Amino acid sequence: MSNVDFPGDLQLQSALQLLKQAGRELSVDAAPGSTPWLQAVVDALCELSSRDALTGLANRRQFEVTIAREIDRVARAGEPALVLMADIDHFKSVNDTYGHPAGDLVLKAVASALQDCVRPMDTVARYGGEEFAIILPNCPPAFGNVVAERIRTKVERRPVSVAPSTDVHVTISIGGAFAPQWVRSSATLWLERADRQLYRAKTEGRNRVCLEPAAVYQVSAEEKGLLFGTSQFQDIE
Amino acid sequence: MTAPHDSTARPSPPAGGRRARTIAVTSGKGGVGKTFISANLAAALTRRGERVLVLDADLGLANLDVVLNLHPKITLHDVFTGKAQLEDAILPAPGGFSVLLAGSGMVEYSRLTSEVREQLLEIIEKVKPRFDCIILDTGAGISDVVLFAVSLADQVLVVATPEPTSMTDAYATIKVLATQQSRRVIRLVVNQVGRLGEGRTIRGQLQQVIDRYVTPLLGSPTESLKLELVGEVPSDPAVREAILKRQLLLESLPGCAAAKAIGLLADKLLP
Repeated sequence: MSNVDFPGDLQLQSALQLLKQAGRELSVDAAPGSTPWLQAVVDALCELSSRDALTGLANRRQFEVTIAREIDRVARAGEPALVLMADIDHFKSVNDTYGHPAGDLVLKAVASALQDCVRPMDTVARYGGEEFAIILPNCPPAFGNVVAERIRTKVERRPVSVAPSTDVHVTISIGGAFAPQWVRSSATLWLERADRQLYRAKTEGRNRVCLEPAAVYQVSAEEKGLLFGTSQFQDIE
Repeated sequence: MTAPHDSTARPSPPAGGRRARTIAVTSGKGGVGKTFISANLAAALTRRGERVLVLDADLGLANLDVVLNLHPKITLHDVFTGKAQLEDAILPAPGGFSVLLAGSGMVEYSRLTSEVREQLLEIIEKVKPRFDCIILDTGAGISDVVLFAVSLADQVLVVATPEPTSMTDAYATIKVLATQQSRRVIRLVVNQVGRLGEGRTIRGQLQQVIDRYVTPLLGSPTESLKLELVGEVPSDPAVREAILKRQLLLESLPGCAAAKAIGLLADKLLP
């Protein structure tokens, strides 16, 4: 692949080297140097630059593109979307106890557990060191907790083998927030809200899910009844 | 993971520098006297020795200028569009306080774009060191701009009247602020009360519904939302008179019952 003639002065050696190293073969039959072939190179580079090298998940850059697109879609379509932030509990002690290669195995295992729990339309990204973010488009509020709990228990129940006869048990804390459908919000604010819930999950003891309560705008007949003292529910007080 | 931005625990002032506390005045329903309260409260706080700025955060339908009978040449609009410096848009108002008026032409900013967000954030940060108190007079409703403006403030003051529609909208606002902005203390001023003590009754009614329907939404059993009554302003013909004359009540009829009630409100809101 690296011995082809390039049209003009195009220097593609380093790009092709990068793709080869990442194990990405060009999935195109076109002649090297032709436009379809160049397109395939560009596509492969785009794909490579959107992935996290260790876990294969979407990387931070790709995540930011996706969340910006999603918040725009929420504003237009008004479909509820959920963002989850997940953080491996006490990850530092995994690294300290078993070494960084073991830590990498844990990251990979958690990444694959997360990926296994979501739909193809959802985006799982490695957000930072041991922090992951998941965007779930069109996720009704009633299912938010179900999916987050599914992810949490999956990680909890899947020990990671880091060495022969050495299994590491890790847990994750998850915080989540729904995109505000009524507001043209920003990705930053949305993530901040999810992060606040993650912080809450951590401070409340870890290995748990904390979702921001969904915004409730409607004032129900019961609430009005209690407010104006005409409610049958008032007797319960 | 970064420590979260917590709307109930704002960053403490930098060493050596004093920073204004910020109070958002909001209501849910329109026409309950938000701007009237904001302006007269600003005058009352000024008389108590505070340097006060009122920012017209009702970007779409600003009317602080109308209430104060001001005809500004430079407004927030000019600051937003880069036509004027922030300094030049801070104007003296009749009650001795300062105002930042939204001015007409802000309709294009009535949606919460990232530009509006950044501009408001930047402006508030810039004026904070120069005042003791910044009052954000928000628009009616619970639109994104209103919610965003409120989210910039340390304290929220909800204005309601004893009218059922106003109480319902105030309740809806309180509910959203509690669940979306983690507010745990919201202050209430009841305007146009028919008799003294009516404010207390209304606070009690609202708190009762909050305890039953909002508290369970707060996520943790230890959390609760406290609605704190900080004032009640009586229905007073003098208010209508001052509004029609486009004067501050505290300037034109300082001895009337409503003006005195706003003085008491200001006492409650002093640091």
